Amino acid sequence: MPTDINLWPLLGVVVIIVGFVLRFNPMLVVIVTAVVTAFAAHFPVDRILAAIGTGFIKTRNLPLIILLPLAVIGLLERYGLRQHAQRWISSIKSATAGRLLIVYLGARQMTAAIGLTSLGGHPQMVRPLLAPMAEGAAEARFGALPEKVRHKLRAYAAATDNVGLFFGEDIFVAFGAIVLMTTFLREAGIEVEPIRVALWGIPTAVCAFTIHAWRLRRLDTWLMREMAGGAAAAAATVTVEGKESRP
Amino acid sequence: MTLTITHLYYLVGAILAITAVMTLMDRQHSKRYSSAFFWGLYSLVFLLGDQLPPVWVGVGVVVMALIAAFGGVGIGRHVARSAAEYSASANLLGNKLFIPALAIPVVTMIGTLSAKYLVVGGIPLLDPKNTTMVSLGLGCMVALALVCKMTNETPMQGIRESRRLTDALGWALVLPQMLGMLGLVFSDAGVGKAVAHITTSYINMDVRFFAVMVYVVGMALFTIIMGNGFAAFPVMTGGVGVPVLVGMYDGNPALMAAIGMLSGYCGTLLTPMAANFNIVPAALLELPDKNAVIRAQVPTALALLTCNVFILYFLMFR
Repeated sequence: MPTDINLWPLLGVVVIIVGFVLRFNPMLVVIVTAVVTAFAAHFPVDRILAAIGTGFIKTRNLPLIILLPLAVIGLLERYGLRQHAQRWISSIKSATAGRLLIVYLGARQMTAAIGLTSLGGHPQMVRPLLAPMAEGAAEARFGALPEKVRHKLRAYAAATDNVGLFFGEDIFVAFGAIVLMTTFLREAGIEVEPIRVALWGIPTAVCAFTIHAWRLRRLDTWLMREMAGGAAAAAATVTVEGKESRP
Repeated sequence: MTLTITHLYYLVGAILAITAVMTLMDRQHSKRYSSAFFWGLYSLVFLLGDQLPPVWVGVGVVVMALIAAFGGVGIGRHVARSAAEYSASANLLGNKLFIPALAIPVVTMIGTLSAKYLVVGGIPLLDPKNTTMVSLGLGCMVALALVCKMTNETPMQGIRESRRLTDALGWALVLPQMLGMLGLVFSDAGVGKAVAHITTSYINMDVRFFAVMVYVVGMALFTIIMGNGFAAFPVMTGGVGVPVLVGMYDGNPALMAAIGMLSGYCGTLLTPMAANFNIVPAALLELPDKNAVIRAQVPTALALLTCNVFILYFLMFR
């Protein structure tokens, strides 16, 4: 077997896994991995630095989607957007955190499937609107929420945005991933129509909605149990205190 | 004049430069100098990135990573408003608060869809190569104008608020770009080739179900390592998909490609390497556990990956 392939750069994969598992600072893990990988591929020092620099410049578009909306979101928060979002959702009597997130999941998948991926997103939609609304819906039912519950609801809001986006956008014909796939297959000598690839994304999209929506319903039951237990525990503490205060 | 992504780089560079100066002037900031240095270096990447020699940028990136790794990026002093003030202004402005928030996605969408037709004298108004990003920039500017008018604030207060959120995010804001850089270094150094070599030479593909599993799970695992399904797709499809599933077993290539990519996305749900989707939101939502979003996604991702194995196995060979 010809072994002109250098396997040493795989050392980088080992470094990154070990780094993340041992919970070193991710920035440090990434930079060490980049240096180790490039070193294993026999790059000289100046070429390692140049590879890092070029790579960093080429990927400057990535943080724009987070940085650009911050000023608007920050100002709106200063004027009570989150408080208002919470109050607004609590005026809808049938709203629960789980149901709200299921509706968002469906809407996110459907809009992404017709190419409107920019309608959601963490900085523009989840932080200012979706997460406060999920918390507001739960608060309207159960009163003040403990930090643990609050954090769990926020994490589920962010997760729901991801699931909806990923398993919706792949059905859209003009999406970059579809272009990448058909171009790659063409180079391998296989001609495939983009619409076929897009349509075959539907079974998984349906599974994704079913599985995640079911988990969001379970979130509501969890919430009910957790808050009922919490209320009972709180009541118990009060009784104990009451007893203690008596001589 | 065409509004290009380069203009957005200058805008973001300017905002970060102001952030750095504000940090430097913040006397109550515990890590005033190192934080200001970090954001200052980052602003240079956007303002001068194209002019600087790549080696210098590389040195800057290493310095930024070291500042972050040794806890040099801190949070400044920000004057929060009282709960009563938030409540009062929420009452006063009411549903009007939703307008600028929704203006960002709506303008982005309109810009993306109409960019083709916005041509004056043969010159496009929006950068045709980056319509979504440029439309997002436009949407944010429209929304900023709306919110400033509504609240009688200046754009400078907007930058102060932007700094508050930038501080809350800290180095997590830079992590997606670092990982994007790492992906490019990986492909430069031939990591993909080495992985493809190992999977194809040492794994037995004689059982059809096993070959399907290797492809689906391999896409997810490789995405977990690279943080990006796009990077995993050529490796796994070139190494296993095309030669084994299509070549040996005569499967449907369109279905294989679709399920392959979606299995990669299951991997994206599971990895801190996909910082933009998993780590940044955790920071943005002020969660103490940086992996909280991944934890919320694990059962969905694993169940979906199992579905993908069976969808591919039962539908591909008909």
